[in-house]
Amino acid sequence: MKAKTLFDKIWDGHVVRSIDRGPDVLYIDRHYIHEVTSPQAFNGLKARGIPVFRPGRTIATADHNIPTKNQHLPISNELSRTQVEKLDENCSTYGIQYFGINNPKNGIVHVIGPELGYTLPGMTIVCGDSHTSTHGAFGTIAFGIGTSEVEMVLASQCIIQPKPKKMRITLNGKLSKGVTSKDIIMYIISQISASGATGYFVEYSGEAIRALSMENRMTICNMSIEMGARGGLIAPDEVTFNYLRKLPSIPGVGDFETALAGWEKLKSDSDAVFDKELAFDAALISPMITYGTNPGMGMAVDGTIPLSEDADHDASASFLKSLNYMGFKPGMKLLGQPIDYVFIGSCTNGRIEDFRAFASIINGRKKADNVTALIVPGSKKVEVQMAEEGLTEIYREAGFEVRQPGCSSCLAMNDDKIAPGKYAVSTSNRNFEGRQGPGARTLLASPFTAAAAAITGKITDPREFINEDKNL
Amino acid sequence: MTKVKFDILETTCVPLPLENIDTDQIIPARFLSATSREGFGDNLFRDWKYLKTGELNREFVLNDPEYSGKVLVSGKNFGSGSSREHAVWAIYDYGFRAVVSSFFADIFKNNSLNNGLLPIVVSDQFLQRLLDLVQKDYTTKVRIDLEKQTLTIVPTGDSVSFDINPYKKECLLNGLDDIDFLLNMKNLIEDYETHKSIAK
Repeated sequence: MKAKTLFDKIWDGHVVRSIDRGPDVLYIDRHYIHEVTSPQAFNGLKARGIPVFRPGRTIATADHNIPTKNQHLPISNELSRTQVEKLDENCSTYGIQYFGINNPKNGIVHVIGPELGYTLPGMTIVCGDSHTSTHGAFGTIAFGIGTSEVEMVLASQCIIQPKPKKMRITLNGKLSKGVTSKDIIMYIISQISASGATGYFVEYSGEAIRALSMENRMTICNMSIEMGARGGLIAPDEVTFNYLRKLPSIPGVGDFETALAGWEKLKSDSDAVFDKELAFDAALISPMITYGTNPGMGMAVDGTIPLSEDADHDASASFLKSLNYMGFKPGMKLLGQPIDYVFIGSCTNGRIEDFRAFASIINGRKKADNVTALIVPGSKKVEVQMAEEGLTEIYREAGFEVRQPGCSSCLAMNDDKIAPGKYAVSTSNRNFEGRQGPGARTLLASPFTAAAAAITGKITDPREFINEDKNL
Repeated sequence: MTKVKFDILETTCVPLPLENIDTDQIIPARFLSATSREGFGDNLFRDWKYLKTGELNREFVLNDPEYSGKVLVSGKNFGSGSSREHAVWAIYDYGFRAVVSSFFADIFKNNSLNNGLLPIVVSDQFLQRLLDLVQKDYTTKVRIDLEKQTLTIVPTGDSVSFDINPYKKECLLNGLDDIDFLLNMKNLIEDYETHKSIAK
């Protein structure tokens, strides 16, 4: 039998039908929905007069547009309130499990899915959100879809999808101190560009990936979309199985050991062929920061902004427009650049380990006066755990206010906006123009780098604050 | 449900020669709070259309009275970032029926095809020729023939063929609907569930 990649095994096992010379009809095991990209899909079902085909396979949460303060009160913005109410109404009408605001299981869709045991190895998972790639950390095929496709899944539990090509990215060696999984993925994107993996589904492998915790693996898979990849996955191993073992419950799985026997088989054959292979040395990666308006425009925090996007050519109009928006110049260093905001949270870095990392640097120190900080847990569970572990108190003593869960300033649909022209060091995933508010200037970084900036009020190498080997 | 069929298109173009245009630029997140598909065209490229002062940005091509048409021509990696289908709804609602670029983000491409907006991939060289011509002369027309899969620059006769998945091509040409297609194969889906399906 022909050797297969893990991606092939999962994909081929979910093909209900291959359309001649066309895409595949793929069965979807798990469908996550939220308030922003689902209402038009439900409208479509209503117009057709059809039910949700398999309501038990869809899980809903409100996260994108909700406020992160006073969640016990009605949402003051009328449009946001209507969107959340619609989701609530649609979930009751169609019998879908919904974790709304104030539900102890509420949170960002890509944080709660794994946390509640709904994301399991070998699954196909979709959601109307590009960061669905996060779930690939468990050895799943997980990718973002549009609202028309959300409607397809609600109507038939299937999606019509062309099969992407396969890429393997191997990360050899060990990370240096102060370097996190966020830096790994930002480094890879800076090397291959924001479109370097378009058309591909990526498998991450190698010593440096195996050494990461599940939460850190999620950060890597999460940002696969930022290099254009359809998704990214990591073969499950003992780290994955231990994470799952510790969950309070895994809905839909009867006997853990039986399920485990299946999950253990999920890996690429040793002689499987990928359409493209890349390898990087983990030891060469420094704490990263972005300087432009796409995630490919990243560099070492102590580095220098390049003169153009491509050493062989002059800077393009797009490159210069980007630097102009940021208020930076080619050849400039960013260390010492004053900043105005720090945001820690999002589906990229809103999990408990991220808040522990941030706390490890701010512990016993004070927030810089010029910095406004937004500290937003990824879920209710994370919020509770932060309090239980004493992190909330560490944050408070350092002068930070901890908000309630939601997507918040990552896409600034709610009030958590960065003011025009201001600089934000953000642990989120996108530094697009206006992403965190009209005119906002985003510098993506790890929780360590964000913490260092929050303390000093300027872009700072986090390694100055880390003495012992502290890896994430 | 039948959809609008994609006919032969002969039209002027709007040039937007920037790379990596992401869906946050096409439609900023603060305009995503609607629960219907209509009306997004008003906010297409909102933050490029207006200056910080709230005035119209006269430099931006959509505000240039000379440029209009049903085809948007843009730099590579168009539609990257967020999966928001609202980006496609905004482009379509504004009046565009095709986008020409040398490279599209995957989710954007799927969303376009699901909404009757044709994403046409051409070579970097052809894209540059087309952009140069359109920027020099706003009356430059292109002709898009989906059946033949060709894009022709009318005044020069310069023509290229483009790829499209045969299934999607048939859907666009005949106004066919994916969900009807899926609902018609329910037996096959149920059969799959009986034999293969994992954790519910």
